[in-house]
Amino acid sequence: MQVKFAEYADATVVRLDGELDEHTAAQVRQAVDMAIDMCRQKTFVFDFSSLSFMDSTGIGILLGRYKKLKAKGIVPKIYAPNRQVDKILQMAGIYAIIKKTS
Amino acid sequence: MKNELKMTISADIANDSFVRSSVAAFCLPLDPTLDGIEDIKTVVSEAFTNSVVHGYDNDKSKKVDLYVCLEGCQLEIIVEDRGCGIADVDKAMQPFFTTKPEQERSGMGFTLMSTFMDGIKVTSEVGKGTRVCMTKKIVEAKHA
Repeated sequence: MQVKFAEYADATVVRLDGELDEHTAAQVRQAVDMAIDMCRQKTFVFDFSSLSFMDSTGIGILLGRYKKLKAKGIVPKIYAPNRQVDKILQMAGIYAIIKKTS
Repeated sequence: MKNELKMTISADIANDSFVRSSVAAFCLPLDPTLDGIEDIKTVVSEAFTNSVVHGYDNDKSKKVDLYVCLEGCQLEIIVEDRGCGIADVDKAMQPFFTTKPEQERSGMGFTLMSTFMDGIKVTSEVGKGTRVCMTKKIVEAKHA
């Protein structure tokens, strides 16, 4: 799993490249939390365009990051999840609190 | 004709990707839809993770048993551990229920397994272990 950040004028984008499961969870959590701590923008985008697999571990991670972002007044967004990831996000009701962006 | 796969593997979470990919690859000759393959990977990942994290509390010296059986277009997957077991299976299967909320666990594992498969049966005994048996009718891609 590779986690990359990019800073834009209006958003911080964190891109997950690989598979998000229990094995990669700790690494992802640590990297994303670092990006959240440094984030000075009002929007934080989870770029899932290169995320090939995610199980329910990802739901827990997203909910935890959502709480951190909300506490800092930053709006989280999800970008380009594949069909498998999208299905799990939908089932868990994640889109009720984190919207998709295009 | 039955086509069967049996695997015993260390309860190391690093094996999760191998385990789910192996089961998915085993089902490929049936020519399931991409959607079906993704569902299989997800449920196997959930069941294996449960055994490692909850059953064995990440003790890598323990083993997880997997059994996969294809008969016609009927798929059966059994994931079994000899770990701590589940005191109340009905409660464990409720959406968002988790015994480890402090670890940011979603409690969605059994919900995903139930939703993606046609049938799921969980038998567990405290101190003895847990057995998750899942069944699904595979839809061939050419018929999807």
